[in-house]
Amino acid sequence: MDQFTLNLIVVGFTFAIYIGIAIWARAGTTAEFYAAGQGVHPVLNGMATGADWMSAASFISMAGIIALAPAGGYQQSAFLMGWTGGYVLLALLLAPYLRKFGKFTVPEFIGDRFYSGTARLVAVICLIVISVTYVIGQMRGVGVTFSRFLEVSTDTGLYIGATIVFAYAVLGGMKGITYTQVAQYVVLIIAYTIPAIFISLALTGNFLPQLGLIGSYAPSGGEVSMLAKLDSLVTELGFTAYTADTTNMFNMFLFTMSLMIGTAGLPHVIIRFFTVPKVADARSSAGWALVFIALLYTVAPAVGAMARLNLTTTFWPGGATGTALSEPALSLADIESKPELAWINTWKATGLLDFADKNGDGMIQYFNEPKAVADANAALGTATKALADAGADADKAALEAAVIEATTARDAALAEAKLGDKSLAELGLVGNELTKVDNDIMVLANPEIAALPGWVIALVAAGGLAAALSTAAGLLLAISSAVSHDLIKGSLNPNISEKGELMAARISMGVAIAVATWLGLNPPGFAAQVVALAFGLAAATIFPALMMGIFSKRINKMGAILGMLSGLVFTAVYIFLYLGWFFVPGTNVYANVPANYFFGISPLSIGTIGAVVNFVVAYVVSMATQAPPQHVVELVESIRVPKGAGKAQAH
Amino acid sequence: MADKSSANAYWAANIKIILISLAIWFACSFGLGIILRPALEGIHVGGADLGFWFAQNGSIYVFLILIFVYAKMMGKIDRDHGVDE
Repeated sequence: MDQFTLNLIVVGFTFAIYIGIAIWARAGTTAEFYAAGQGVHPVLNGMATGADWMSAASFISMAGIIALAPAGGYQQSAFLMGWTGGYVLLALLLAPYLRKFGKFTVPEFIGDRFYSGTARLVAVICLIVISVTYVIGQMRGVGVTFSRFLEVSTDTGLYIGATIVFAYAVLGGMKGITYTQVAQYVVLIIAYTIPAIFISLALTGNFLPQLGLIGSYAPSGGEVSMLAKLDSLVTELGFTAYTADTTNMFNMFLFTMSLMIGTAGLPHVIIRFFTVPKVADARSSAGWALVFIALLYTVAPAVGAMARLNLTTTFWPGGATGTALSEPALSLADIESKPELAWINTWKATGLLDFADKNGDGMIQYFNEPKAVADANAALGTATKALADAGADADKAALEAAVIEATTARDAALAEAKLGDKSLAELGLVGNELTKVDNDIMVLANPEIAALPGWVIALVAAGGLAAALSTAAGLLLAISSAVSHDLIKGSLNPNISEKGELMAARISMGVAIAVATWLGLNPPGFAAQVVALAFGLAAATIFPALMMGIFSKRINKMGAILGMLSGLVFTAVYIFLYLGWFFVPGTNVYANVPANYFFGISPLSIGTIGAVVNFVVAYVVSMATQAPPQHVVELVESIRVPKGAGKAQAH
Repeated sequence: MADKSSANAYWAANIKIILISLAIWFACSFGLGIILRPALEGIHVGGADLGFWFAQNGSIYVFLILIFVYAKMMGKIDRDHGVDE
């Protein structure tokens, strides 16, 4: 059976399960649609939260983001700590109290606690901006995964994915989504760990990738640790050491904090804790969620480090037992003829990997081109292209002279730059010949690199789709419940019947899917940057508002509204200064480089400062204005004790 | 809750546990994983230095233990103060 048929069978089988669950878990009431009837077991809710939280980016990209970071893998630890540490904040500071409050949406709590329709509206706006930016990436993830594994176009893949989500999200609401997410979690975690176990066994002899990360490197006889081997190989090739310390500790601190409080403030994660029966369950369910997330997040850094090491020794076969340059680089003939290297051409065809034999020696040399050499190569390329494009009336002699001059400059740069104790010129190199390694390949190509059977490759395809679909569904529910419950029921038509609201919720879900699909088909050019905005905004608006609402009786309506707005404006403006106003290219005030950052704070890390701004403004304004009324003080007192949570109330 | 002072005692006990937990949360990730890493370079966990291991794996284990211990301790405090469900 060929790989394509196998992929089709495995993916088709998982889709059949999702549809089956959708039919079984139809929602009959708004309580079921918004919060799965508050009857989800805490362990199952933890699993669903894991799938909800781990997106296509976590599954496909994160290991590569860590593995291939120019500043070394250590600096990217911010993602690992940030995207898990947020659950501690959720368990300690938000989830149990919001579950006790017992209603359906995040804006509803903000509206009630701050006795203000305006506060609720501000929260709805923040929620929609955060969730919509997030969902675009998920829809793209669905399309891209389809196109890589199932030979359909990205757009067709997107339509298929949207149809599946439509089936279970519109029919089942939170109930349908929760139980499909449980199934999706199982698919994605199996798909992630099987290749990781095999690569860990091959490189370190350890069955558990977590032990492999700190284990010794097997091919060299086990005398060096895996990380030390990786460090020595990558530094020999001119890269920054994998475990190198961060160059900006302050920014790494703020970035980690921003991801943590952003995680705790993401509405689609928070609403998952409304589905459990009791307050105590909300606490333990956050722990279970982290158990299931940790299964992937503790494996990801091991996959990253090992895949980087594997990539390096594949292109420098001598590196496995000695230094990288002790033997010639991988030859083109080997890439064409050896079956265990067939994956290189397979992934070259997808555009995720590319190489070019620049010096014509029949081998592919992979190393970090020093900046001077890269610049000189680029200048030579420009000059050569100018000569090739020159028309009949152009000054050919001048252009040829320019090429000769650029060649001389380039050769001088090659003689100057060193790799180990020899210059690039002495080694016969002209530039890095492994011209492209996409982050995603570190996970996607793993099963083939480890020579695993075809069904594992098919499982990775199904896992990538499960990760993207489950996150998309969770986000879409957060959006549609904010529209039907907070906007329609909460302000436009408060007298709507239970049946009418359920219909409104289903229609909102359908519209949200249609909008998300359209955005996925026509992604704004800034899709990658807006993730920073989503985390920054969640950190600077929703997290502080919820926390103050629970832990202070004194923060009032004005304080909360002005706090959220100042956090929102401060964070958005700082990001826009570097990435362009509303992300329109070319409208940025400063170039997005560390030299321009205020106090070295990157736009990715600004959410932490935005949260501080929110806290300070809310406190100062509240102290200067009237204390909240008695019924609000009583509300705060009641959410602080678990007793009497019971079923959620629509009112 | 009718008894105001009992409610206050419950909340004070909760806040105390939260503060201790947050101190541990901060110490393992921001402390050992980031700020103290250069100072602890000489200490190793297997093939990784202590700071690197805490940043990439260790702090996640601590987070896990922390949440379950918190949930368990709060369960006991809930029962002691008669506010459990």
